[in-house]
Amino acid sequence: MDKKKQVIMALASVLVLYAVLEALMMVGIVGPYWQEIMRYAMVVTIGALGLSIMYGFTGQFSLGHAAFVGIGAYAAGLFNLTFRHYGILAFLGSLVVGAVVAGVVGYLIGVPILRLKSDYLGIATLGFGFIVTNGLQNSDKLIPALGGARGMTGVPQVQGFGWYYVLVLIAVILARNFIFSTHGRACTAIRENETAADVVGVSPARTKIMAFTIGCALAGLGGALYAHNIPFLHPDSFNFLESINYLIVVVLGGLGSLTGTVITAVGWAFIWEVLRLVLGPLYDFRGVIYAIILIVIIIMRPQGVFGGIEASCLVPQIKRRKTHAAAGD
Amino acid sequence: MPLLEIKSLGINFGGLRAVNNFDLEIETGEIVGVIGPNGAGKTTIFNMLSGYYAPTDGTITFKGKLMNGLRPFQVAQQGIARTFQNIRLFPQISVLDNVRIGFHPRAGYNLVDSILHTPRFIAREAELTDQALDILATLGLEDKAYIKANGLPYGAQRRLEIARALAVKPDLLLLDEPAAGMNPAEVGRMVDLLRFVKEKFDLTVLLIEHQMGLVMPICDRLVVVDFGEVIASGLPQEIRDNPKVLEAYLGRSAVA
Repeated sequence: MDKKKQVIMALASVLVLYAVLEALMMVGIVGPYWQEIMRYAMVVTIGALGLSIMYGFTGQFSLGHAAFVGIGAYAAGLFNLTFRHYGILAFLGSLVVGAVVAGVVGYLIGVPILRLKSDYLGIATLGFGFIVTNGLQNSDKLIPALGGARGMTGVPQVQGFGWYYVLVLIAVILARNFIFSTHGRACTAIRENETAADVVGVSPARTKIMAFTIGCALAGLGGALYAHNIPFLHPDSFNFLESINYLIVVVLGGLGSLTGTVITAVGWAFIWEVLRLVLGPLYDFRGVIYAIILIVIIIMRPQGVFGGIEASCLVPQIKRRKTHAAAGD
Repeated sequence: MPLLEIKSLGINFGGLRAVNNFDLEIETGEIVGVIGPNGAGKTTIFNMLSGYYAPTDGTITFKGKLMNGLRPFQVAQQGIARTFQNIRLFPQISVLDNVRIGFHPRAGYNLVDSILHTPRFIAREAELTDQALDILATLGLEDKAYIKANGLPYGAQRRLEIARALAVKPDLLLLDEPAAGMNPAEVGRMVDLLRFVKEKFDLTVLLIEHQMGLVMPICDRLVVVDFGEVIASGLPQEIRDNPKVLEAYLGRSAVA
């Protein structure tokens, strides 16, 4: 099957999937509870794509990813709260605001801390995560609308699944475009061997900051959606444990695989509910079962479920200018 | 004006003087070899040339421009590429992408083009791919373009490292032991390859090597380093018969 057909097939199945989900919601098989989880899955997917670019592709470890999701959520929430009478325009504006604010904060934080490597970078991002949650807990002293430790309420909710679905599609396509470009290759080169990347003209500092900023902006976009899916924003929703969850999604999906990140993110959002159905009266042991699943997967596939694998419809065809026969001259 | 001019280059690591008062001038088109026993400071000199170590004293002038203080990626952008003694490829990505990364500073499109895959991106990317495959073809790696770099055999990995360095479009190529771990037949092929590549890409080459089978036929000039200092320099034949060089390699008593 050639590339064009593959892409058309992929787009067609994406459309069919959407139609099926909408139909199921319309006839009531998928109720409001599951719809919220579906939207949450989309939020996690976008946030995880950000961490996938930062960690999976560029190798820059972050233990504070949820903090950037939180920054996006609060920034978008505050924006939409302020301009709520503009309706859907305020919603769209708040998406931009969430992504941009998180991206700018990521850039400002990235410049000093991306000099650090692996574990040290992890500790620095962990510290930043604590700064954000603590800051948000006291945010009402500066901006009362943010609610501080009591949480933020009153952000207009957007419950159309289509918005979330389309934004995930856009995020996946943009992330894929980025990865399959010279900038994405520079990121991968930094992950693979920073010294060698440096010596062929790739600036490690610039590349890491670029990846970090893009990753944080995606986290912010995810957060902006989060703020419209759940009517109550609380600092604890973006704490260290939540950052670990993003890390689990990216590592379990497979470092350096967008396909793995997307599938694992959706799966992760549903796993608690699936466990509830499967375990029945044993549901109290869900935490144990969940951890066992993680351990078994990582022992069986240490490179992640989709490590080194990319769905072929995401991989662009390698195009050449001249014909193969003329390549020798 | 020489292409590369190194004047009284020196570096200290704590109390250790690793390289001292090293002078070297290279004219465009030359192939110059740096030889010397293990630990003599050869790779340290390369590391200063490529921007890893900041020299404690001395100057490096390339194409009339002072290179001291430039970071490695800036050195590469000025036109100096290098390979490593212990091969450093990007193991998990394709052979083709290993080479295409070398084009990064001259990719000709920006981040927005990347994220949106604009027509400019598509046109430039096709061109870069052509160039990369041409370089791979030159080094006999074209049929391996789509496999991961760590799937290549050792000799091919060495050639890929040279291919990646060529993608930088260097004027000066630094080769750190290009024939390390090769048998005499492979060394012979490497000699032919380096000659061919040098002519095709119009290069000036500075190389470190222990294998005399590579150094003697290929180098226009040799510089011998021991304990961080130049102990001899001249034509390969002169160096071969120089008693100071034999002493450095074999020890005083062996020569006497």
